[in-house]
Amino acid sequence: MTESNYRIQGATGEWEVVIGLEVHAQITSQSKLFSGSATEFGNEPNTQVSLVDAAMPGMLPVPNMECIRQAVRTGLAINAAINSYSRFDRKNYFYADLPQGYQISQLYHPIVGEGTIEVQVDEKDPDSPVRSIGIERIHVEQDAGKLMHDQHPTMSYVDLNRCGVALMEIVSRPDMRSPGEAGAYVKKLRSILRYVGSCDGNMEQGSMRADVNVSVRKPGEEFGTRTETKNVNSIRFLQQVVEYEARRQVDLIEDGGTVEQETRLFDPNKGETRSMRSKEDAHDYRYFPDPDLLPVELEDSFIEECRASLPELPDAKRARYEKELGVSAYNAAVLTADKETADWFEAVLGAGAKPKPASNWLLSELFGALNKRDLTLAESPVSAQQAAELLGLIDDGTISGKIAKDVFEIMLETGDPPAKIVEEKGLKQESDTGAIEAVIAEVLAANEDKVAEYRGGKDRLFGFFVGQTMKAMQGKANPKVVNELLKKALD
Amino acid sequence: MTSDITELGVAAIRDGVTQGEFTAVEAAQAFNARVAAAKPLNTFITETPEQAIEQAKAVDETRAAGKPLGKMAGVPIGMKDLFCTKGVQAAAASHILEGFTPPYESTVSGKLWDAGATMLGKLNMDQFAMGSSNETSHFGNVISPWRAKGSNKDFVPGGSSGGSSSAIAARLCPAATGTDTGGSIRQPAAFTGITGIKPTYGRCSRWGIIAFASSLDQAGAMAHDVKDCAIMLEAMAGFDPKDSTSLDEPVPDWEAALSGDLKGKRVGIAKEYHMDGMDAEIEALWDKGRDMLADAGAEIVDISLPHTKYALPAYYIIAPAEASSNLARYDGVRYGQRELPEGAGLQDMYAATRAAGFGDEVKRRIMIGTYVLSAGFYDAYYTQAQKVRTLIKRDFEQAWEKCDVILAPTTPTAAFSPGEQSDNPIAMYLNDVFAVPASMAGLPAMSVPAGINKDGLPLGLQIVGKPLDEQGVLNAGLAIEERAGFTAKPEEWW
Repeated sequence: MTESNYRIQGATGEWEVVIGLEVHAQITSQSKLFSGSATEFGNEPNTQVSLVDAAMPGMLPVPNMECIRQAVRTGLAINAAINSYSRFDRKNYFYADLPQGYQISQLYHPIVGEGTIEVQVDEKDPDSPVRSIGIERIHVEQDAGKLMHDQHPTMSYVDLNRCGVALMEIVSRPDMRSPGEAGAYVKKLRSILRYVGSCDGNMEQGSMRADVNVSVRKPGEEFGTRTETKNVNSIRFLQQVVEYEARRQVDLIEDGGTVEQETRLFDPNKGETRSMRSKEDAHDYRYFPDPDLLPVELEDSFIEECRASLPELPDAKRARYEKELGVSAYNAAVLTADKETADWFEAVLGAGAKPKPASNWLLSELFGALNKRDLTLAESPVSAQQAAELLGLIDDGTISGKIAKDVFEIMLETGDPPAKIVEEKGLKQESDTGAIEAVIAEVLAANEDKVAEYRGGKDRLFGFFVGQTMKAMQGKANPKVVNELLKKALD
Repeated sequence: MTSDITELGVAAIRDGVTQGEFTAVEAAQAFNARVAAAKPLNTFITETPEQAIEQAKAVDETRAAGKPLGKMAGVPIGMKDLFCTKGVQAAAASHILEGFTPPYESTVSGKLWDAGATMLGKLNMDQFAMGSSNETSHFGNVISPWRAKGSNKDFVPGGSSGGSSSAIAARLCPAATGTDTGGSIRQPAAFTGITGIKPTYGRCSRWGIIAFASSLDQAGAMAHDVKDCAIMLEAMAGFDPKDSTSLDEPVPDWEAALSGDLKGKRVGIAKEYHMDGMDAEIEALWDKGRDMLADAGAEIVDISLPHTKYALPAYYIIAPAEASSNLARYDGVRYGQRELPEGAGLQDMYAATRAAGFGDEVKRRIMIGTYVLSAGFYDAYYTQAQKVRTLIKRDFEQAWEKCDVILAPTTPTAAFSPGEQSDNPIAMYLNDVFAVPASMAGLPAMSVPAGINKDGLPLGLQIVGKPLDEQGVLNAGLAIEERAGFTAKPEEWW
C-alpha cells in the first residue's frame, strides 16, 4: 500500500491530514428501534410517534430484532467481529428533540467490533491505490427528533417522526489521509450498505451523515489534536470540511496557536466550519446500562443465518466480472460500484446478452443516453429485457452496431421493442451475398481509377470501397460480409 | 348485608359476588361510602366512585348472563397513583405530573380490571415512590389509621405505598396495588398490620407504571391476609412482551396451592440481620416467628448473608442513578406541568419546570443519581455498587443451598410519627435496611403482621424466597399468619 501524497503546503513545510469518520446510517426497517412506529421519510410532522417515542410515563422500549439483524449483516459484510454479547446504554442529556432525556445507544459493548473496508482511491482508475480503512466498531442507537424554528414567532416546534429511528454508527479508524480517500471511503461504505440492504444511503434525506474528525501533523510525526465536525450530509461537503479544517489547523499552528479539541459545525453556504462547543463545556453524558433492556445475546445460528442472507458484495462481484465474465477492469469497477447498476447489468445478462458487449454497451450507450436526459437507471425508458434484445440483434448479425445506435434512439423515444423498430423501419442488415456482390460490382465499375490505384498498392483505399458500398446500401449491409466480398472482388 | 361487606377481604367478596350473596355494585357502594368518609387519612388522591360502580355493573351483568367470573370478580380495590390508568389522573403524587391523564392503561391495572376488580380511586403515595413515610407526596401526608394506646398522635403509614397500606388498614378497600423498589410494599404493610407481597422481579409487567428505578421496581399485592394477596397477585402477574424485563414464565395457581404446613422446608435465619440499635421488641418478634415456623414443621437453619450491610448504601447509589435518568422525561415539553418564565429559553424552562415540579426528596435523589453517574465518579460509585449487587445476589444463591425461605424482620422499628425522621434522610433510609437486600437480588418477599408492640402498634415479619418461588413465600407467610393470631384493628377515630 503506497502512502498518500496529499499534502498541505505550510510556511514551515508540508503537512499531512489525518481523517477518521463516524458515519450515522439509518437502518432500513419498517419500524423504529424500540417502538412499532413507522419510519417512512417525509410524512406530516408527528404522524409517526408512539407512546414510547414521546416518552410518556411508564412506557418501555422493546428492541426491534430486525434492526439488530441488519447491524449484524452489515458487520459481516465488512468482515468485522460480531459480538455475541452487546448491551444498550443510556446517553443522558436534555434537549427538546429527545423526549426521554436520554438516547439509547451502545457505549460499553457495541454489537459489531473491528473490521476493514478496502477502498480504491480513484474509482475510475482500476490501477489507483487501494487503501485498507479500519473500522473500530458499529453500534446501534436511536435517532433524535427534529426542531422546527420557523413555525412560530417566539417558539420552536418539534417533529418526533424521526425520533427513535434506528441508526448504525460506523466508526472508522483515523486511517484516511486525503479528502479523496475520505470521499472514496464513504462511497464504498454506502455501496456496501446498499448491497446489504441495511441502509438506503440517501445522504440528502439524512439517512446517512458523517461526523468528520480531522487533525494535521508533519508526515511521520504523532497525531495532532483533532476537531469533530458534526452532521455532514454530502460527500462534497465532507471533502470541503477536510480541506477547510486541514488548512485552518495548519495556519493556526504555524501562527503559534494550538488546535482545540472541540465540536464544530459546517456552514455549506460559506464552505467553512465554526466552533460549536469546546471540550470544557462538553456534555457529561452520564452513560450507564439501560435498566429497561436486557443484554443482546446472539446465538451462533442467528449470526450464521445473517451471513447466509448476505448477497454477493461489490468486491467479490467485481472480481467475478473480471475473471469469469471477461469484463474489463474499468467496466467491472463501474458496474459494481452501485448495486442498482450491477442488478441492471445482471438482468441484461439474464435476458441472454453476452457479458463483454453488454458491459461496453451499458457504459457507453445507455449511460450516455441517460446522462443526456438527466435520468437515473431506475428511470430508464429502455428495460433490461429490451436492452438484451437489442444486443441480441447485433450479436446475431441482424443489425450492425451503427444501426443499433439509431434503433436505441428510437427505443428511448417510443419505448418500442427493438425487433419491431428494425422490422418497421426496414433496418434489417443485408447479409445476402448475391445482393451485396451486385452492389460491389457497381461500386467497382464506377470507380475504376481507384480500383487501379488499390491494385497498384494503395491498400488504404480499401476503406473507401467499404464506405461506398455501405452508402449504396443505406448502411444496412453486414459490414463483415462486405469486407469479405470486397476482398475477394479486389484481390 | 351491605354494611358488613367492608369487613370482608378479597376472597370473601369474590365468593360473595360469585355466589350471589351480594352484588358487585353493593360492594362498590359500600367501599365508596367508606372512602368518602375517611378524608382525614388522605389516602386517596383521586376518588373514582362512578368508575367503581360502572365496573361493578359489568361484573353483575356477566354473572347474570351466566358467564364465568374472574379471580377478582367484584372486588373494589385502590390503585397506587404510580399506575397509569386510562382517563384517570396518574401523577405519581407529584406536582410535575399533576393533571396528567394517561390515554392508556398499565398492563397490571388492565389485568386487574379484566379479572373483575373495580377501582375506588388512585391512592396517595410518596412522590415518585421515593420515601418511607408517605411524607413526600405533593398531595399531603397520608395518616395511618393506627394510634398508640391512650394517644391522639398521628403515625405514618410507611411508604412509598402508604396510601395503599393506610386504606387497607382502615378498611377503605379490601386490597390495593403497591410497588416495591426497596421495601415500598413490605415496610408500609408492616407499619399498618396488613399483608403485602413483592413478587420476583419480572413477574409483573412494568409497562404503564411510572418508573422510579427500573431494575428494582416491581408491582405487588397488598391486602388483609396471605390468601387475599395470593389471589390478587395471580391476577396481576404474567408475561408481557411490552416489557423486555418481564419473565416469560407461567403464573401458578398460588391460591389453590396455599398450605401452612412447612414439613420438609428449611427456614434460614441470617446472623447479619441482627443489627445494632434494633428494637428489642422486633428481636423478640423475630424469635417468635422462628418458633412459629418450626411449629409449622420447618427446620430452622442458621445462614450467612455476608454482604447485607452493603446493600443499603449500594441501593442508594443504583436507585437514584436510574431515577435521575428515568425522571429526565419530565421536562415540561410534552405533558404535565410547565413553568415558562417571561423570556425563558429552553434550558430556563427545564430548570423552572423541574424546580417547581419536583419535591425535595425527588430532587435529592436526582442530584445523588446525577452525581454518581458523572465522569470521574462513575467507577467509584455506580460500578462499585453494581459489584456489591452481584455479591448480594451471590449471598442469596449460596443461602438457597441451605434453606428454602429466609425469615427476617420487615423493619427495624414500628411506625413513627410524621416529622420524626423527615429531617434526617439517613435515618429515614434505614427503615428499608431489611427490605432492600431482597430488592437488590430481585427475590420474592412479603411482610405479614405478626404482633403488636407495647404501644399497641403493629409489627411485621418478612419472608424472602427463591426466584419464582412465590408459593414458598406465601406458604411460610400463611404459617405465621395461622399462628400469630393477629386480629388487632385500628379504632375508627377519623
